Amino acid sequence: MHYIKTIALKEFTSFFKSPAAYMVLIGFLLITGWFFANPLFLINQSDLRTLFSIIPTIFLIFIPAITMGLVSKENNNGTIELLSTMPVKSSEIVLGKFIAGLGLICVGLLLSLIHPITIMLIGTNVDAGAMFSGYLGLLLLAAGYSAIGLFASCLTKNQIIAFIISFVIILFFYILDYALIFIPPAMSGIFQYLSINYHFSNIAKGVIDTRNLIYFGSMIYAFLFLASTTLDLKKR
Amino acid sequence: MIRLENLVKDYGTVRAVNSIDFEINEGEILGFLGPNGAGKSTTLKMITCYLNPTAGNIHVGKYNVVENSAEIRSMIGYLPETNPLYTEMTVYDYLKYVATMRNIKGKEFNTAFKRTIDKCGLKEVVAKPIHTLSKGFKQRVGLAQAIIHNPRILILDEPTSGLDPNQIVEIRELIKELGKEKTVVLSSHILQEVQALCDRIIIINRGKIVADGSQADLTEDYSNRARLIIQVDASQEDLTKISGVIPSAKLVSCKSILDGFNEAVFEYTPTNDVRKEIYNYIKQQDWTLLEFHRDYISLEEVFRSLTIEGGNR
Repeated sequence: MHYIKTIALKEFTSFFKSPAAYMVLIGFLLITGWFFANPLFLINQSDLRTLFSIIPTIFLIFIPAITMGLVSKENNNGTIELLSTMPVKSSEIVLGKFIAGLGLICVGLLLSLIHPITIMLIGTNVDAGAMFSGYLGLLLLAAGYSAIGLFASCLTKNQIIAFIISFVIILFFYILDYALIFIPPAMSGIFQYLSINYHFSNIAKGVIDTRNLIYFGSMIYAFLFLASTTLDLKKR
Repeated sequence: MIRLENLVKDYGTVRAVNSIDFEINEGEILGFLGPNGAGKSTTLKMITCYLNPTAGNIHVGKYNVVENSAEIRSMIGYLPETNPLYTEMTVYDYLKYVATMRNIKGKEFNTAFKRTIDKCGLKEVVAKPIHTLSKGFKQRVGLAQAIIHNPRILILDEPTSGLDPNQIVEIRELIKELGKEKTVVLSSHILQEVQALCDRIIIINRGKIVADGSQADLTEDYSNRARLIIQVDASQEDLTKISGVIPSAKLVSCKSILDGFNEAVFEYTPTNDVRKEIYNYIKQQDWTLLEFHRDYISLEEVFRSLTIEGGNR
């Protein structure tokens, strides 16, 4: 736990030593602000449905941008050699970096809480439960995407390549839901279960089902395991 | 202290390290010499547990790299060839991070930090971001991270590469100092560096050890050649005849130096010392002898003969 905490803290603070993290956060807030303000001021609708439906799409770019450098930068600078010769396991390196990446996304989500707070202050018949489950869904979605992004970052020295790999994998899980109409009915159940949007939308609607939690849990575990295995394989 | 047993490392179809065996004793400064691509860095990376051996094993004290990697990593301080650093951090933050990763915290960190910056001469730059430092200081920071946990073993992969002559001297002094209390394994392809620092030298070529011993051992045993230089008032033709009379003395060169005097260089195998015979021959010919001395083969020549000519002992 000590190593995970140290790595996570170092990574998290290093995000704020470069302008990139600020730019990503500002970009995220501007886009979410736009999709929050539009229904509120144009059609006087005080809910977060539009916002919750757009954030998974924003995450498609936002999360690979955050995770792309987590390990690939270490691979490129050679600092992975230093890290790997310290008494720390690959799984601890991966977990530390995962927590740091997710931490930055949580900062973005925390800052976006201004939107539900505004609605609570000015809206009527506000469904706090739906807001809570919506944010829980976003958090799980972010964790799943981050695990994929981290795995992609372990594969290469190049941040751009890491970004593209994670974008493609995330896009695969993202579009499955939209591609169901092209899939034979016999297989649609499997594809629907694999679709990240299907599980996210269930949670965002306020249905916190264990099947959805198991889906996200296994996705996070599988990609973190792959990331850790990738680091171990590089020793061969 | 460190024992390598039949160590093999393959990168795909390329065998980078080919069945090497040697032992490093406690307190020794070992120089690991070899041309680029000989397998030096790969061997060091296996000792530090960064790479797993394809076959064989490495024992460090009572541990081995296959089963006790974490214990070995905590015993070793390592400076990789490229000296990777988190350049956006300050020297203090970086060393604190490394120390925390090495389980050094609180008061223990303060003591370790002070000892390390004193030893590495980093006092004036502790608050500076690493990317603003000169290459010499960056190398010192690299060394500082390798010794902050006071390891028993220090592994330095080409520690002076890319430094200017003054910085090289400074880093060498530092390594010498550290070598008084630690086992140091130092890789280099700079012969003078290894000569200046190491008690023992191992030469590796194409993944195999081609020489192992002290500098004197290497120049004596591995070259398997000795030289005798004489200056006499004999013609070059007369000097050539010596090889005919004493077949084990091979005339390597002959040049005129003074009026009527010539200098001849003979080579012979150290096990078959020809000095007495040549001296007697000169006496017999009644030549005037100006110079008669044995010339040692340099480490550079040994290195070249073992690594370029591909000679094995």
